[in-house]
Amino acid sequence: MDAVFKALADKSRRKLLDQLRASNGQTLTELCGHLDMSRQAVTKHLGLLEAANLIATVWHGREKLHYLNPTPLHEIYERWIGKYERHRLHALSDLKKGLELKKG
Amino acid sequence: MEKPKFVYVTYIRTTPAKLWQALLDPEFTRRYWFGAHQESEWKPGAVWRNMMGNGKVADSGEILEIEPERRLVLTWRNEFRPDLCGEPHSRLTYELEKKGNSVKLTVIHQSDVPDSKLIEAVSEGWPMVLASLKSLLETGESLEETRSWSEEGCSTQK
Repeated sequence: MDAVFKALADKSRRKLLDQLRASNGQTLTELCGHLDMSRQAVTKHLGLLEAANLIATVWHGREKLHYLNPTPLHEIYERWIGKYERHRLHALSDLKKGLELKKG
Repeated sequence: MEKPKFVYVTYIRTTPAKLWQALLDPEFTRRYWFGAHQESEWKPGAVWRNMMGNGKVADSGEILEIEPERRLVLTWRNEFRPDLCGEPHSRLTYELEKKGNSVKLTVIHQSDVPDSKLIEAVSEGWPMVLASLKSLLETGESLEETRSWSEEGCSTQK
């Protein structure tokens, strides 16, 4: 679990996860296209994210595709959020989204 | 087949033999897969069925590849949700790989249907099922919400 929090404690790596959340299964080249970072830096960040199991990679033909892997985050969720808190948290989150949308 | 929409990986502190048993054996799957169990002869070409706790068929398909303790590929069609059961077969792949004291389990569920509703539906269920499977093998206890089909089951979420 240390590796997960360490991997998440970086803005660029969170941005990479956001990119995969928006469009799952991207190549390195596609990911580099969205980011103001060298290919080497992106490769290094992806390595850390994969070591933390936050991304999974598969080969599709000759392309290596990167996927957001939610299972470690789900384990964190299971550890600290109880079964009966989920509905209340969903309601709160919907309320926050609704109010912030109106204001914006 | 189209490129997968999702790939889930989980590391479980167990052996490939125990994980393989947990993926197939009804006594295990009932505990972490909402009470469901599978029926198959587990050989290429054999029929595969995923049965709900109430005895109805949830999903059905055919075994494409089976390599005990390493790899299982099967076709999967939903049989009980009117909004999903019209979709052609999707494909589920399990890959097991021993890594030190753990086994890396990769789950890929893919379809050739663009914006498949089936894939969308199962992608909500898999993370919970996998977290529960991991918990069962590592602690002996599955997650409470995956032990039976309830209002929190994957079919009615959202």
